[in-house]
Amino acid sequence: MALDSDRRSSPRTFYEEVMANTPGGEALRLCLQCGTCGGSCPSGEDMDHSPRRIFAMLEANMKDKVLRSNTPWYCVSCYYCTERCPQQIPITDIMYTLRRMAIAEGLYEDADAPDWSQTFIGMVEQFGRSYELGLGTRYHLTHRPLGKTGLGTFALDMLRRYRLALTPNSIVEIDQLRAILNKAKELEGA
Amino acid sequence: MRYAFYPGCSLERSAASYHKSAMAVADRLGLIFQEVDDWNCCGATEYFAVNKLPAYTLVARNLARVPDDLNQMIAPCSACYVNLKKTNKYMSKYPDLADQVSQALAAGGLGYDPGRLHVRHLLDVIVNDAGYKTIAQDVVRPLSGLRVAPYYGCLLVRPKNGFDNPEYPMSLDRLLRALGAEVVDYPLKAQCCGGHMTQISDKVAYELIRRLLHNAAEYHADVIACVCPMCQLNLDAYQANVNRHFGTDYRIPILYFTQLMALAFGTSAREAGLGSEIVSAYPALAKIDVEMPKEEDKRPHKRPSKQALPMPGKEAR
Repeated sequence: MALDSDRRSSPRTFYEEVMANTPGGEALRLCLQCGTCGGSCPSGEDMDHSPRRIFAMLEANMKDKVLRSNTPWYCVSCYYCTERCPQQIPITDIMYTLRRMAIAEGLYEDADAPDWSQTFIGMVEQFGRSYELGLGTRYHLTHRPLGKTGLGTFALDMLRRYRLALTPNSIVEIDQLRAILNKAKELEGA
Repeated sequence: MRYAFYPGCSLERSAASYHKSAMAVADRLGLIFQEVDDWNCCGATEYFAVNKLPAYTLVARNLARVPDDLNQMIAPCSACYVNLKKTNKYMSKYPDLADQVSQALAAGGLGYDPGRLHVRHLLDVIVNDAGYKTIAQDVVRPLSGLRVAPYYGCLLVRPKNGFDNPEYPMSLDRLLRALGAEVVDYPLKAQCCGGHMTQISDKVAYELIRRLLHNAAEYHADVIACVCPMCQLNLDAYQANVNRHFGTDYRIPILYFTQLMALAFGTSAREAGLGSEIVSAYPALAKIDVEMPKEEDKRPHKRPSKQALPMPGKEAR
């Protein structure tokens, strides 16, 4: 750990920051560039860069290119890569870290995915539970509503089978939840 | 055996049939599920993408609300299961994280001792605590001749859960066999349904869904059995969109494994929560003599009011 204290005097690189922001993230240093992650990824072919390439780019501190790529947002959290990684790198968690850093830095090309995440957590912070109808309408009406005509029949089918609640269902102790989350945000900011 | 039960948001409405059938099955098997009081959303895959510490804390509030006399917690949704299990594990493994989460929980007068609970998926509890033998003994309506494709998806089996193989799981196969079903062994049973990808890129999501439907159809599945509300929603409610997008004509009903269990245990279609799936399961279930309840046939029709303005009726068209 002597190395760590030496580094503290100089500003942390992007690569180090990603590792520090991920539980168990130091394993990233062990990446062999074997490509098992990309080969296992169900949405890999639609990504700008495979996870393997992202890790090489991280090591080269290509912050802007990494955070602007769609790779972290196209990760479907299936954990195939994490499970198969011979070096036990928590790849899915690293993708979450990259999403957080992209939001914090405002570095993303297509705002759909970050907005979806933020709309979702907005609902959770307001009610304590997810509220699908509110979430879906708020998000889709502000994100290319004309391109999403298929979703109309989807919502109708769901409503007809009583599978969408018309009103949100809030938890009772929402104040407790907010107090806890505010404290967590304060601690994370510190 | 008593368990803390964390339903998760989906089971309140979009997956109410899962909730209903899970409770019916638990009751039959003598498992007591006690709902966690005033539980909150687990954050799905979204919260972790925005704030790290609040995301773990959001999950930890649920762990902290389990009464001291219970040490096992069940999640029927695979995404909730992973979030609860991961937070529990990470708090034990990374003391710095545990310390910060504890400080945040304290702001709401709560506390959690990392690792105290054993977080388990509903399927794990059913197959390992009740057991295949007991289940087989309770079957009064065997699913004979019904070709069921077990669909595990991702988060039940990955990251490694300790009770089944992350690449080629078998627990649901064995369970369905105990119910008398003809189990379909198809290669994509642990592949991903895309989760919330439908909201981010429908093109990518539809392809993931299509692969699964196609693979199950290739192996002549009558029905797909799933273990997670997200998988059910994607395969069932988006099946029409997938058909439109690819010009295909899949019509595979997607049921929860608990619905098939309830049916095998002899409950009525209604008690098993049938009828809320978008792709109707009744044509397939005719194989095991499950019929659509009569009332559901009839749509309430409006009686024309005498005061109403004249409107073109059917004959006018």
